[in-house]
Amino acid sequence: MAIIEIKNVAKRFGAVTALHNVDMTIADKEFMVLLGASGCGKTTLLRIIAGLETPSEGEIWIGGRRVDHLPPRQRGIAMVFQNYAVFPHLTVFENIAFGLRMQKTPQDQVRRRVTRTAELMHIEQLLERYSGQLSGGQRQRVAVARALAMEPEVILMDEPLSNLDALLRLEMRAELKGVLAEAKSTAIYVTHDQVEAMSLADRIAVVHKGRIVQAAEPIEVYRNPATRFVGSFIGNPPMNFLPARADGGGRWSVAGFSLQGPTAERPLEFAIRPEDLTPAEAGIPAIARVVEPLGPHLLVTTEVEGQTFRAVLESERRVVPGDRLHLAPMPGRARWFDPETETAIAA
Amino acid sequence: MTTTTLTDALPAHRKRGRFAMRAAVVALLLWVLVPLWLLAVNTFSSPDAVNGFPKSLVPEFDLGSLSFFAGFQGVSRALLNSAIVALLTMIMSIGLGAPAGYALSRFDFRGKESFRLLVLMTRAFPLPLLALPLAVMFIRVGLDDSLFGLALVHTTLALPFAVLITFSLFSGIPMELEEAAWTLGCTRIGAFHKVVWPLIRPGIAASAVFAFVISWNEVFAASVLTIQNRTLTAFLLQSLDVSPMPLKFAGGFVLVVPALIFIFLVRKYLFAMWGIANR
Repeated sequence: MAIIEIKNVAKRFGAVTALHNVDMTIADKEFMVLLGASGCGKTTLLRIIAGLETPSEGEIWIGGRRVDHLPPRQRGIAMVFQNYAVFPHLTVFENIAFGLRMQKTPQDQVRRRVTRTAELMHIEQLLERYSGQLSGGQRQRVAVARALAMEPEVILMDEPLSNLDALLRLEMRAELKGVLAEAKSTAIYVTHDQVEAMSLADRIAVVHKGRIVQAAEPIEVYRNPATRFVGSFIGNPPMNFLPARADGGGRWSVAGFSLQGPTAERPLEFAIRPEDLTPAEAGIPAIARVVEPLGPHLLVTTEVEGQTFRAVLESERRVVPGDRLHLAPMPGRARWFDPETETAIAA
Repeated sequence: MTTTTLTDALPAHRKRGRFAMRAAVVALLLWVLVPLWLLAVNTFSSPDAVNGFPKSLVPEFDLGSLSFFAGFQGVSRALLNSAIVALLTMIMSIGLGAPAGYALSRFDFRGKESFRLLVLMTRAFPLPLLALPLAVMFIRVGLDDSLFGLALVHTTLALPFAVLITFSLFSGIPMELEEAAWTLGCTRIGAFHKVVWPLIRPGIAASAVFAFVISWNEVFAASVLTIQNRTLTAFLLQSLDVSPMPLKFAGGFVLVVPALIFIFLVRKYLFAMWGIANR
C-alpha cells in the first residue's frame, strides 16, 4: 500500500516561489502524470517527493508514513531520470543490480531479479555491456529496469522519454504503460507532452505557475478543462477561444452567432475544441485561410473577427482558402470561461 | 595522389597559412626539444667529453657523469628530500583541493564565482614578496628548514590548480548519477564512494601528479626556507656556481626526467582538464 499524500507543500528558491502550497493525494497503484510547461514546478514537486529537494513548507506522506525529513533511500521510491543516469563505470547487469546490492540481497536472488527485469525491458542481450556502448533508447530501458528491479512501492519518472526520437518515444510509451501496469507500483510521471500524459495517466494533474490547476482523469481534463490554461495547453490543435456577449436569459452571441450558455451578466469567453465543430447552415461565420489535409481529417485554419479559429473536418470535405464557412459547435461541447479569473463556468 | 590534387586546389593564402602553421610548430618543437636533447647528450657523455670541444650531438652512453653526480656529496639526500616534499605536497593539495573542488561544483553559495577567481589570484601574488615574512614566521613557529614546512608552501602553490582541476572533473560528472545512487539506497558518502570515486579516480591521479611536479620543480621557496634539508632544486642552485659541468648537466637531467615522464603519463587528463577549466 503506497498512498502518496502531499500536504500543503511549498517551495521557494530565494524570492522565486516554485510551488504554492500544493495539496494532492495519489491513490495506491495509481498512475499520476504531472503535466505542465517547462518551469511550471512539476519537476520540483517530483524531486521533493523523491527527497532530492527539501520543501520550504508542508509534509509528504508515503504509505501512511511521514517522509519529508528522510533521505531518498529511506522513502521506498525508485526514480527514472530524464538523462537516464546510467552509471558509466558499471555494466548493464551491475546497473540493474545496484539497488539490490545496496539492500544486501542474496546473490542468486539478485541474478534472478536482474534477469527477469532485463527480459521485461528486452535488454537481456545487453547485460554485459557498458553505458557507452548503448543507444539512447537502450539506456532508457536500463534506467527503467534499474528502477523496476527494486520492486519499489513508488516509482517516480522525470520526463523519461523526452530525450528519445519521436518513433522510439511512441514505442516506449506503449511498452512503459504495459510494464508499469504489471509492476503494481504507485507511479508519478512528469512530462510536458500532453499526448504522453493522455495516453499513460490514470489521472493527470496539470501544473501551472507552481499550482495544480486541475487533477482529473485524462478525458475529463480534455473535455472539461478547469481553466483557460488547461484548455489551451491540452489538445493539438489547441482549443479555440472567442469573446461572447451576453444577450440575457442565458443566450450568448459569439461573432454574431447566437447560442445557449450559462446565465451570467458579465462578458464571458466561449471555447470550443477544433474537432467539436461541424459546418452547418447556421454557425460561427469563418473565412478559411489555410487548409491542411492530414489524412484522417482536414485541418482548416480560419479567421473569425480577426482571430485565428481552427476546425478539424472530415477529410472528404472540399474546402479551399477564401471559402466562407459556418461552423456550428456540436451539442454539449461548448465551454465557457470567465475572462478575469480564467476559470471555467458551468453551462 | 588525391592529397596532392587537394593541396594544389587550395587557394594561395590557405597554403601560406598552412606553411606558417607548420613553421610555428617546428619552431616550438625545436625550442622545447633542443635543450632537452643537449641535456641528455651531455648527461650521457663522459666528464671529459662534456668539458671538451667540439661538442658531439650524439651521446656516448657513458654513465660517468651520472655516477659522478650520484656519488656527489649531498645529492642522494637532496633527491630524497625532493621526493618527500613532493609527496607531502601531493597528498595535502589533493586532500584539501578535492573537497573544495567538489563543493564548488555541487553547491551554490554566495560568492562562489569570486571564490573561484580568488583561488586563481593567489597564483598572481609574487612569492618573493612573501619570502622574508614567511621565513620569519617559519622560524618563530619552528617550521624553518623542515620538509613539512616547505611542503606547506608548495601546497599553497599547487592548491589553486588542485581546486580548479578537481572542480572541472567533478563538474563533468552529472549530479543525476549521484542522485540516482541516493534513490537506489546509497548515503551521500556511499554514493560518492560507489559512483563518483570510480569515475573520478584517474583524473584525481592526474592532478595529484601535477601537484607532485609543481613541488618537484619549485626552486625559490626551497632555497629560501631550507638550509640543511635542501631539495634537489635548491641544492643544485646552491652548488651550481662551484660545481663542475658534468654535475650540472646530470643534475638538470635528473630534475627534468621525472617531470617529463609524469606529465607524459597524464597528458590525456591534463588536456581534458584545461579544456573544461577554461570555462
